[in-house]
Amino acid sequence: MELISLSPFDLSLAALLVVALAGVTVWARMGLGRSLLIAGARTVIQLLLVGLILQTLFDHAQLGWVALMAVVMLAVAGYEVMARQQRRFAGLWGYGIGTVTMFISAFAVTVLALTTMVGPTPWWEPQYAIPLLGMLLGNTMTGIALGLDRLTQTVWRERRTIEGRLAMGASWSEAVTTMRREAARSGLMPTINAMAAAGIVSLPGMMTGQILAGAPPVEAVKYQILIMFLITAGTGFGTLGAVWFASRRLFDTRERLRLDRLKAGRHT
Amino acid sequence: MDRLFEAHELKTAHLGPLELQLQPGELVQVTGASGSGKSLLLRALADLDPNTGEVRLAGAPRDSMPPVQWRRQVAYVPAETAWWDERVDDHLPADFSRETVLHLLEQVALPEESLHWEVERLSSGEKQRLGLLRALLNHPRVLLLDEPTANLDLENTRRIERAVRTYLAEEEAAALWVSHDTLQRQRLGGRILTISNGKLEAPAWS
Repeated sequence: MELISLSPFDLSLAALLVVALAGVTVWARMGLGRSLLIAGARTVIQLLLVGLILQTLFDHAQLGWVALMAVVMLAVAGYEVMARQQRRFAGLWGYGIGTVTMFISAFAVTVLALTTMVGPTPWWEPQYAIPLLGMLLGNTMTGIALGLDRLTQTVWRERRTIEGRLAMGASWSEAVTTMRREAARSGLMPTINAMAAAGIVSLPGMMTGQILAGAPPVEAVKYQILIMFLITAGTGFGTLGAVWFASRRLFDTRERLRLDRLKAGRHT
Repeated sequence: MDRLFEAHELKTAHLGPLELQLQPGELVQVTGASGSGKSLLLRALADLDPNTGEVRLAGAPRDSMPPVQWRRQVAYVPAETAWWDERVDDHLPADFSRETVLHLLEQVALPEESLHWEVERLSSGEKQRLGLLRALLNHPRVLLLDEPTANLDLENTRRIERAVRTYLAEEEAAALWVSHDTLQRQRLGGRILTISNGKLEAPAWS
């Protein structure tokens, strides 16, 4: 089997479907036409740009360029985590907690996978390193964002419970333990669901892509299993770490609940 | 003079600086308009809000104790006690003697079974009485009572007043009691501190 290259004409036909959908929503006065067209245009522009960048990166495979790309991806993911919080930490902490935990978990898992499991030469070969890191960052970002958002929301809502426990002589960690558990659950659920439903409810996107590109299904499945486990580990450790650090940051050295360290995000 | 509890130059963002001393067995009332800082004062003393200044319990500075230990000995009881688990006994401290709990139950006029009651079915009077009992099981030396009888009927109010009085006498502990109710103020008696705009007014005596 070999890859069937798509022509601009093929893509235009697919684009027409989106334009038709936008037309229908305008006709039905649902107010989605504009957003659909803008989002569609963004998809084309962003993906073409990334394609060009990746092509350049593959042609000039140097560790420095791969590292730069990785840092840019991390910076954007860190911003996304922060922007999705309804209540986030004021100052540098708002950006720092998500970004640092994502850096530790996603980068550690990616480097481990590249050096011990996939094993390209050199280990940072961009064709493997960048897609792997991208998938890990994307999923870890979602897990951490969900976990942190749930943590700060629950703590805010249940501040009386937390202070009641503190007043009874509980430590900060005991006082916040149920909220932390809930936050970790909510960060990890999408990943656990994805593992449980893989192959039955949906064919994972990466595997589908590899099969379309001509890879034998069993090879694609092996990669998919590897990726799923890596994503679970990266998301899991990242979310647990972020939730732990954030919950600690909600209390000061005298173990007082410091909700003044949070501020309302742009969505409230 | 024997000082059980004292605060010197106590300050928070909206409070103080103020001075305060409590003798063993003493009940001191705190009054003042709403928003004047009565709750803030109690919360600062319990170390639930950030504050500066020197606070001592039986001569020992607060910062020499872990916060957990401080809050067990300087117990804050709010107007509406918080409950977070299913049953009353899920909210009790880890270790206390049966003797102690039976004695305290008698003070707040509740049967022993009340410890197994479901929180959802407690009346507000039962909640406040059990909330006080729960705090007393930690053997606090100082009670910070933030309108503990607000919205309670006279019978429940009296039970709480009696239970606090008995505890202070038996344990040589002290209490700061925030109250709005003039009749209660007369019943409780003792020294009255008036707070306005976060500062204590000149001491008044009832």
